[in-house]
This record gives sequence, C-alpha cells and structure tokens, in this order.
Amino acid sequence: MQDMFRFGTRLLVAATALLLVQTASAAQGSRSVIEGSKAYGLDSCVEPTPLMRKKHYAFLKHDRDITVHQGIRTVKHSLAGCVDCHAAKDDTGKYVPVTDEGQFCQSCHEYAGVELPCFSCHSATPTQATKAGD
Amino acid sequence: MSDKIDQKRREFVSVAGLAAAATVVAPGVFLQATAEAEPRSEAVTGKVRYGMLIDTNKCVDGCTDCVTACERENGLDLLKMPEGADPEEWDRQRPRWIRKVKVKDRLTGKVTTLPMMCQHCEFPPCQDVCPTGASFRRADGIVMVDRHICIGCRYCMMACPYKARSFIHEDIDEKLTVAPRGKGCVESCNLCVHRRDNGETTTACQEACKEGAILFGDLNDPNSEISQALRQQNNTELRADLKLNTGVRYRGI
Repeated sequence: MQDMFRFGTRLLVAATALLLVQTASAAQGSRSVIEGSKAYGLDSCVEPTPLMRKKHYAFLKHDRDITVHQGIRTVKHSLAGCVDCHAAKDDTGKYVPVTDEGQFCQSCHEYAGVELPCFSCHSATPTQATKAGD
Repeated sequence: MSDKIDQKRREFVSVAGLAAAATVVAPGVFLQATAEAEPRSEAVTGKVRYGMLIDTNKCVDGCTDCVTACERENGLDLLKMPEGADPEEWDRQRPRWIRKVKVKDRLTGKVTTLPMMCQHCEFPPCQDVCPTGASFRRADGIVMVDRHICIGCRYCMMACPYKARSFIHEDIDEKLTVAPRGKGCVESCNLCVHRRDNGETTTACQEACKEGAILFGDLNDPNSEISQALRQQNNTELRADLKLNTGVRYRGI
C-alpha cells in the first residue's frame, strides 16, 4: 500500500515537473501569434502572455457581462479586441477568420482539444456594417 | 446582475419618478450632446430612458426604408435561406427586428401603416417569463437579450404582445462585430445599442426614414426633442390596456 502511495507521489512529481518545463519553454520559445496580425508587432497582450494563456476565457467571461448589462465598451478584455488584434490579413488584404485552420484561436484550441464556441455567434473577423450606398 | 424588484416596489418607484419629473423642470444640462462620440466607459443609469415616437401620418404605405436600414445595421441582411428550406416558411420565420404593419379601422375603413418593433416596455412581459434572466431591461430602458444565457426556449416570443422577437433557427456564417448572432437564441430590436454605447444620437431606422416619421431620444429629459413632441401632440401606446408603459409611442392611430 505504502509502495503504491510512493509510486503515485513520484508520478505526480514527475508529471508536474514535465508540465512546468513545457510551460516554461512555451512561454520563452516560439511565438504563436500570426504574422500579418496587429498582435505580431506587439510585445505583449493586454495581460502578460502566460496569464493570457491560462485565463483568457475567465477574463472574457467576466467582461462580457459588464458590456452586455452595463453598456461599458471600454473593457480591457473584449472579444472584439481579441479578434481585432489577432486576425491576420492575407495577401489580398482581406481578414482571415481566427477560426480558420492554423489561425491564432483555432490552432491552440485544436492542440488543447477545447471547443471554441465564441465564434458560433461572434464574428471571427473585424467587420463593419455596410452603409447605405456601399 | 439581475435587478429583481417586486411589482409593488416598481409601482411605487414609478409613481415617485413621475412626481419627481413633474417638479423638476430644467435638468439635463450635463447630458447635453458631447461633441465627440466616444465608447461608453461608465455603466448605464436610469437617468436616461430611450424611446421612440413614430408618426404614422408620415409613414408611407409600401415603403420599407427603415426595415432595410435596420437589417443592414444589424447584420440581418447577411442571413441566407438554408439550403432546401421552404421559401414561404423562411419568409415567415426569418429574423426581423422591424415589420411594416397595416391596421384598418373596421368602422371608418381608414388604413394606417406603421413600423412595428420591440416596444421597450417599462414592465416587459418577455423579462417576466424568461427562466434564465437572459431577457432583461437595461437601466437606460433598452429591452434586450443576453445571448450568453439565452437557452432558446422562446417563452418570450410567446409572451410578447407585439410579436417583436425572432428566433435564429440555423447556424450563421456571416455576422457583424456589433451584432453577434447564433443558432438557438432569440433576438429583437435593441435600439441600435452599439450606437448608444458609442455616443451616437440616432438609430438606423430614424436616419433612413425620409419622411421623418421616426423620432428617437431620451424620454426622461424634458428638453429633448422627443419629450417636447410627446407633450405637444396626442400619441398612444400600442395595447395601452396592458399597462406596460412602452418606450415606443405612436401618433395618428
């Protein structure tokens, strides 16, 4: 019984160590922002990168209520802000949806195996309404 | 989040509000137009109540400019009929925020045409029946749907006496940043809420109406154009018998 417990503890320690190494290398290593997006030219997101990686959904969930119910549009964590900054432009100057294969949101969610339901309702590119006569 | 107030308290507050409005004559100095439109950074308050006055005498039979402008503004024109759908059914069920309605006086035969949309009630039945709190009335009087918590039960569609709400039946490819929209949620006119929050002073339908039949403004400001117009000429709520105190008023019916 005790042996099993020890083994379990070792496994946990090893797994934690592996996770830490991975997180560290991800934070320092290759950048995941997409070339051709505004974010590519910036040093950091609205919060430090490791924090954004871990908590972006919580930030968004909190601020969405403030925007919908109180009408505040200057929140720090807005999905429209994410899209505006992270959507890349293709060769023709058109925005590529952040949900397209290999794009910022999609690639990481694909890797992590997490659904990305924001964009079933929200626009995956920055858009503007066409005014009369356009 | 939800400001649940029981009906008695509501009545008391509204009576108190009326008394206050009657005694205070010249406020609203600070609310006067800000020169530059900036996104809202402070929470909306009940100092403002947005509403509309629609003059049906000016509304032209057959004209749909307000409907077209609304659909363009709020991305409804991007919706396409799902493949294999019945065109008649699509036409009957497709989301619309404004409908042109014709009413006929049975006795005199007088026909009136008017745009019909969410009436932005003070006591919205849609909010009363909503099981999740998704239907709500914002502090500034705009009745809207928080689609993050809407479960698509459509009770509000049943409860609305004005048939103002639409349901999104299918997945949607194209949508605007200012008007998120997806399968399984209910929606209706929100008085161009993105314009409100960006400091603009008009709605898309008001801008589009060549006849000037639609007047949008702050009902709580006695000096606003809409308040003055409401004081000067007769106007009515639709289904006033329901005592919903609608934010949209009509003239000429």
